[in-house]
Amino acid sequence: MNTGAQSSGSYPDIWRRFSPAESVVRTLWLMLIVFTAIWSLRNLDITWEYFLDAHIQAGDLLTRMFPPDWGHTGQILDPLLETIHIATLGTIVSFAIAIPLAFLSARNTTPNWLTWFIGRFFLVSSRSINTIVWALVFVAIFGPGAMAGIWAIAFRSIGFMGKLIAEAIEEVDEGTIEAIEATGASRLKVLLIGVLPQVMPVIYGTTIYRWDINIRESTVLGFVGAGGIGIELYSSINLFRWPEVAVMLIAVLLVVIVSEFVSATARQKIT
Amino acid sequence: MLKISDLVKEYPGGLRALDGISLTVSEPQVVAVIGSSGAGKSTLIRCINRLVEPTSGSVRLDGEELTTLSRRALRRARSHIGMIFQEYNLVERLTVMENVLSGRLGSVSLWQAFRRNYPSEDVSAAFELLDRVGLKGRHDDRADALSGGQRQRVGIARALMQKPKLLLVDEPTASLDPKTSRQIMRLIYELAHERGTPALVNIHDVALAQASADRVIALSDGTQVFDGTPEGLSPEVLNDIYGEEDWSATIRKVDDDDNGDENGDTEAPVEKSKPAPRDIVRNGAVAE
Amino acid sequence: MSPTPTTATTALDRTTWSRPPVFFTHPAARYGFWFALAAYLVWSTGTLNIDWARTAQGLPRAGDMLARMFPPDFSRSELLIKGVLESLQMAFAASFIGMILAITLGLAAASNLAPRPVYLVARSLIVLSRTFHEVIIAIFFVKIVGFGPLAGLLTLIVASVSFISKMIAEDIENMNMGQVEAVRATGASFPKLLLYAVQPQILPRYLGVCIYRLDANIRHSTVVGIVGAGGIGMTLSATFKRYDYDFSLAILLTIIALVFIGEVFSTWVRSRLR
Repeated sequence: MNTGAQSSGSYPDIWRRFSPAESVVRTLWLMLIVFTAIWSLRNLDITWEYFLDAHIQAGDLLTRMFPPDWGHTGQILDPLLETIHIATLGTIVSFAIAIPLAFLSARNTTPNWLTWFIGRFFLVSSRSINTIVWALVFVAIFGPGAMAGIWAIAFRSIGFMGKLIAEAIEEVDEGTIEAIEATGASRLKVLLIGVLPQVMPVIYGTTIYRWDINIRESTVLGFVGAGGIGIELYSSINLFRWPEVAVMLIAVLLVVIVSEFVSATARQKIT
Repeated sequence: MLKISDLVKEYPGGLRALDGISLTVSEPQVVAVIGSSGAGKSTLIRCINRLVEPTSGSVRLDGEELTTLSRRALRRARSHIGMIFQEYNLVERLTVMENVLSGRLGSVSLWQAFRRNYPSEDVSAAFELLDRVGLKGRHDDRADALSGGQRQRVGIARALMQKPKLLLVDEPTASLDPKTSRQIMRLIYELAHERGTPALVNIHDVALAQASADRVIALSDGTQVFDGTPEGLSPEVLNDIYGEEDWSATIRKVDDDDNGDENGDTEAPVEKSKPAPRDIVRNGAVAE
Repeated sequence: MSPTPTTATTALDRTTWSRPPVFFTHPAARYGFWFALAAYLVWSTGTLNIDWARTAQGLPRAGDMLARMFPPDFSRSELLIKGVLESLQMAFAASFIGMILAITLGLAAASNLAPRPVYLVARSLIVLSRTFHEVIIAIFFVKIVGFGPLAGLLTLIVASVSFISKMIAEDIENMNMGQVEAVRATGASFPKLLLYAVQPQILPRYLGVCIYRLDANIRHSTVVGIVGAGGIGMTLSATFKRYDYDFSLAILLTIIALVFIGEVFSTWVRSRLR
């Protein structure tokens, strides 16, 4: 930046990467970030003494987990299956709701701005509320159990899938739609024949991807009573039965890793 | 100066890329290393600064054995060996000046490097070099904003910033159009002689090698099959190196290219002010 | 949900080509799929522990709940603001600490820079912490350091570090090694190599990932409280236990607004990073 006057034969011997103004702006940004972090840390109601012996507590907890209580394995198979069912059924429900909502929220397929706004509103609300918060709501409605879990999974997934599908719809090739419209097809037919086939790979991909996320999410639904392995895990933790906890954690680890693998393989085959 | 004896590089899997190369460069000259792809050209120059570890043999630069240096000593040795690459290998998101100054990384502290706070003699040397390679005023441009030829000029400036005892040049023109290629080779030739630095240049273009080197070395299957003046590269010798081919066209190519109107990389200001030379480098101003 | 008809794809196979559908190419496969789906539904709903009588009450209960939710009760704003602020502070602090710690772990998890054993340890740490849901991690921190924001902060730090370092590692593995080789050839030491060859190549994406993670941390900071790890989630979970639904709705609306602002901010900043 500051190269100074250049007379022939002699070259400037100072060079700065940033001009003074740029340096000031960069320093201010850095200070803003650091101060926000410090302000946050100082204002949190934290008893730092607990932090100091955390590693001892953590080590203690780990030693209590070993050896894992393998005899418990039989009792967790059913809850584990329930967890997978909740994730799968929740994904199927959200699949059915997300597709029409996506067509409503895509600018090129929505009937008018009001329907577009309504579609977007539902998608944004769905995504803003975490699965476990949805679970609180549905436990209050349906009572504790898998039903609440399925709806919690479904309601959180709608926004995720709807958003991605709507984006795919907005990128659909206009030419095809025009060509089908030119044959005198009705609006619904245009959607079904012109748009849907083009976004189908995205829909499959998104659904499978979300299913794999949902497996992970459904492992904790039980913490608020919405079914699955979380119920057993939560009660074992609260009863300090650490060897049982260890078995469940290993089971969760296996299920999540296997589902991630299945999902990745399936998506690779589609796209 | 540079003395290589019996250098061998065997890659895992048994491929013998260098099979006992011996070579001495004792004066500031441009040595072109030719040979078909896979002949070991690239491995040879990378074994000198140990970007590739040689299997056995010796490399001495100004009397210092490089093959046995500790990591720290190797870094110091590397800081005196400039290297120029086929793909330029500039750090694209940094400015031209940062790229040139990075040639001094071996001699500044970590803090200076982080703060971009280089000694004033380095800064003025960098400005001078940028002027010399024809990039005056471009110091604050980002490297990825430059054309291929301009990037290679920055690459040359970076290598010379190291005040090298030796220049290692790996296919400097393979990614450039013919006209820019010749400009770059001429620049390398001129600068090597101006600064009294020997240069080892890998190049696959035989005609360009003949036209812009003081000495030519040919490799084939990891062994040296020719060492002599460019004039000594007869079609018979080329047959030995590359196999049967009609070489008359290749050798004459230099003249054809010069008359051609390449629409490639000619925007560097220094070229616009000068008339395109009929012959390059060897008959130019700097040839002894 | 009909399978892709070939009639529609032939018209545009010049501009967009998609692989012929893998699924349901054959009518028998299609019927087979629907049959399998129906069978799965019957089986899974049969095994699931669902109290159908209780479920049947769901609709009237939902109506009752909605009626109680409106109008949302913002009168206890002090409690609301305190909770939201705590969530935000956890998110800010965790993002900051996470983005710094992640640099080391990210470097260690890059196969082209780290020695093999270091790489394997770093990768398994990342996989392990990414497998478990934040809420599971949170409950363990609650057991270790007790109820309150410290547990939430630690949870979010763990989640941030594993996420950001995974991204950094992938970026480093994909970077242009030629630039690294060139800087190495100047005799630069490893730290200088990081400064001049690695950092410039990954910085823009790294900052983008950090901003994204801040956004994600804001979202997650609202839920770790459900298992007692501080923030607005603790308050929210309490309102549901007390059937205090009008306050629940006030909290939910605040969370939606917060998440929305966070997302807009994150998109804006990331669009400015080139």
